[in-house]
Amino acid sequence: MTEFFQMGGYGAYVWSAYALAGVLMVVVFVLSWASWRRNEKTLAALKAVQEQSRNRRAA
Amino acid sequence: MHRFANPTRFMKVADRLFPFVSAGFLALLAWGLYGALLASPEDYQQGSTVRIMYIHVPSAYLAVMIYGVLAACSASVLIWKHPLADLIARASAPVGLVFTVLCLATGSLWGKPMWGTWWDWDARMTSVLILFFLYLGYIALLNAFDDPARGSKPAAILALVGVVNLPVIKFSVDWWNTLHQPASLLRFDGPAMPASMLQPLLVMMAAFTFFYLMVLVIRLRAEFAAARIRTLRITGASE
Repeated sequence: MTEFFQMGGYGAYVWSAYALAGVLMVVVFVLSWASWRRNEKTLAALKAVQEQSRNRRAA
Repeated sequence: MHRFANPTRFMKVADRLFPFVSAGFLALLAWGLYGALLASPEDYQQGSTVRIMYIHVPSAYLAVMIYGVLAACSASVLIWKHPLADLIARASAPVGLVFTVLCLATGSLWGKPMWGTWWDWDARMTSVLILFFLYLGYIALLNAFDDPARGSKPAAILALVGVVNLPVIKFSVDWWNTLHQPASLLRFDGPAMPASMLQPLLVMMAAFTFFYLMVLVIRLRAEFAAARIRTLRITGASE
């Protein structure tokens, strides 16, 4: 097991590469997801406001 | 084919494919990591550092492939003013930038133990660094205007000019005497790699591709919502 983590003495390089890849991919995923949810929320709010003003004018 | 050029219809298909793409990514990643870290042998010269290859090569491939997507979309933005192409290019560029960074960083992490240096201004590294700046310039131009639609054209022109860099990246190891090793995958006489290394590498490349597709769908949803917010704000303000 320790042998696996040591990677023949190159553990620091090998695991840094894998860790960096993991972190960057998670960050890309989370930021993309968050911006989608944020935009959908704004869109829904905008639609609600415009719907209201339209109804008020109709009444 | 043409009916998928309609953005709404395209997103319907993309949404339906999304769960399969996500599941495919996770399955390929698990399979690829098992192969890369456990099942594949050490290199007789490079020892365990060869395992960095399973991250480094897929990142490089994705960085170049996404730039190709960017260029193709930019062409159809300039020629046909295609709205879907514009959104795909916008959604893809930051992902391409991240994988270019990952390619450069993992290359450094591999170069230090094997070549004794983090960086060398050889043709391969320099041309990938230029790719990094092309992505940066593209994103900066897209966001340089208050009205996002105005950035599309100059950014598309930059993306197309930058296409000359792609063959330079690919053939830099043949045209110049580089510290970077020559091609092992796309060669006239077939891949110069044993199957035990080639198989996990190809699986990881597929996993990275699926990651791009998965994130692309999410980012396209965000871009679509943003576009609809802009139209609502314009029509709402004029009422």
